[in-house]
Amino acid sequence: MRTLTLTPPHTPAPAAGAAARSPLRRALRWWPLPVLALLVIAPYSALSLPGLFDGPLGSPGTLQLLALCLVFGALATGYDLLLGRTGLLSFGHALYFAAGTYATNTLMLESGLGFWTSALLGLLFGTALAVLLGSVCLRVGGIGFSMVTLAFAQAGSIVVLNDPGGVTGGEEGRAAQDLPSAFVGIQHTANLYWIALAYLVVTLAAVDWAVRSPTGRVWEGIRENERRVEVLGLRPYGYKLVAFVLAGALAALGGIVYLLLTGGATPQTTTTDFTLSLLVMVVLGGSGSRWGPAVGGILYTWAQQRLTDLAGSGSIAGLPAVLRVPLSQPLFLLGALFVLVVYALPGGVVRLPDRIRTGRAARRGTREVAA
Amino acid sequence: MPTVVLLTLTGLGLGALYFLVASGLSLIFGLMDVLNFAHGALIAIGAYATWWAASNGSGFPLAVGFGTAVGTAAAVLLELGLIRPLYRRPREQVLVTVGVSLAVPALLAGIWGTDTRPFPTPAALAGTFRLLGATVPVNRLLLIGAALLVLIGLELFLARTRFGLVVRAGVEDRAMVTALGIDVRRAFTVVFAIGGAAAALAGALGGVYYGEVDPGQGGSLLIFAFVVVVMGGLGSVRGAALASVVVGLVQQFADYYTTGGLGDLSVVVMLAALLLLRPRGLARLTGSLA
Repeated sequence: MRTLTLTPPHTPAPAAGAAARSPLRRALRWWPLPVLALLVIAPYSALSLPGLFDGPLGSPGTLQLLALCLVFGALATGYDLLLGRTGLLSFGHALYFAAGTYATNTLMLESGLGFWTSALLGLLFGTALAVLLGSVCLRVGGIGFSMVTLAFAQAGSIVVLNDPGGVTGGEEGRAAQDLPSAFVGIQHTANLYWIALAYLVVTLAAVDWAVRSPTGRVWEGIRENERRVEVLGLRPYGYKLVAFVLAGALAALGGIVYLLLTGGATPQTTTTDFTLSLLVMVVLGGSGSRWGPAVGGILYTWAQQRLTDLAGSGSIAGLPAVLRVPLSQPLFLLGALFVLVVYALPGGVVRLPDRIRTGRAARRGTREVAA
Repeated sequence: MPTVVLLTLTGLGLGALYFLVASGLSLIFGLMDVLNFAHGALIAIGAYATWWAASNGSGFPLAVGFGTAVGTAAAVLLELGLIRPLYRRPREQVLVTVGVSLAVPALLAGIWGTDTRPFPTPAALAGTFRLLGATVPVNRLLLIGAALLVLIGLELFLARTRFGLVVRAGVEDRAMVTALGIDVRRAFTVVFAIGGAAAALAGALGGVYYGEVDPGQGGSLLIFAFVVVVMGGLGSVRGAALASVVVGLVQQFADYYTTGGLGDLSVVVMLAALLLLRPRGLARLTGSLA
């Protein structure tokens, strides 16, 4: 099981020497392709995974949940561009996501533009917002940056809740109308799923491409030691802004996909809690790694959905209060799990195989010494 | 004129709540470099403990004392149990507090429900008094008085006690204090206890101010407390006091004289303007997080 090189590109995998050159290993480097193929054909499958999903894989309910998981996997990946790749802790990522959702939805409802035009303008709006606010936020470093992003996101949330001119719908949000017919209705859930999958692939590719680019190397430098980057004669500000805008644009795109998926805009997506859940996903999966944030986002979304189902089901109603109360609160379980991951699994879930391996090797080592 | 008086006192009352939350946050950040997201959870714990005691027949002062004590104990437990083992990993410390900030309100919601609970305000605090033609709720005075007491207490603690000296020195340069052979970690616990007590007090008095308690109350107070901490300069109690007064007043006046909700917005705009005009002025902010 040493084939899954889930370590991030900047940390050389242990023993990536001679062994890595064997043909089998080289072939196994392409493992994401079969996984992607499996994901693409999943809607045609009637495979039943009891425990994981309620219905068979191709059923609308399961596809909807899977699509949601993929969208959050992609969102977490985009967020990690800031957190894990550039070392920027933003508490305002929800703003750009919600900007994509709300701008697209509002344009469709108010101006009567078609979905695709509105989506394009929504994406542009989210990106422009990231340029504007990012250039302000990045004027302060460290924790000041975190707090300013938080303040701006809070402002966005307030604006949405106050429903200026009746365009955002306040606490209720607004249901979308006139979405393309291929994305409406339970019989078209597979299309939504493919859109979500495409968004995840685009995000993974964009992030991977960006962190390998020369700019990406500077991000890595900024994350490790910003002062040293300055001494080398580079201005971190511009590089950080590029990361911020790219992450913001990816989030806005995700907001548009989410609009299709849920058929409307809701103010929950503007809150700080939304950004904090992205943070939890990234750390859960493994910050700064290629697959970690996506894995974390998928796991978190799936767990939240299943735990909410569990809380709503009658199966825990008969338990004593000591067990029933925590089990009926998905956020409590997720928060506690998160604390546990921070303690027990620094580096997230994707480092788990590595850790098991090194643990086993260490134990073997001690045994040999003892013998 | 009556409106101005009412708005001023209400703004000061709100500012008092912000100060109670922000003073602890500011000290904790200044000393330990930990942005304590769990502060919202401490507010909620204080609010619910006070509400529980007050609903079960104890008098208001006793209930507030109980709530504050529970909040302090929770803060000390948090520091000893979850923050201290991650002493050399400040980023993980922040993450742990985020986890706590998610888990605790959810647990409270699980025990007492997600709906707001009416707070049993004592009759002496439910009334109003007249000042310069304005009818002002009495509880505003309670809030302002409590915040002033905490401010004076903190100033005395920082200026006159040995721990206060260690805390002040630690905010300036933690490495140097450690090099002088002083165990700063004991000061961490003390600062957490003080912050927890002030936050729980804010929760208890917030119950009086809003007339109700709900699990999410701490979170909304916390965001404006963050704004106050940044504006006041991290680690400075006096700065936090000044900034909380400004934020509370601006919020109330903007809310009244323009449309509702613009008060919150104007605070954020004010923060952005301050940071744009004086990015170097808030020099303490530029230290790296991890």
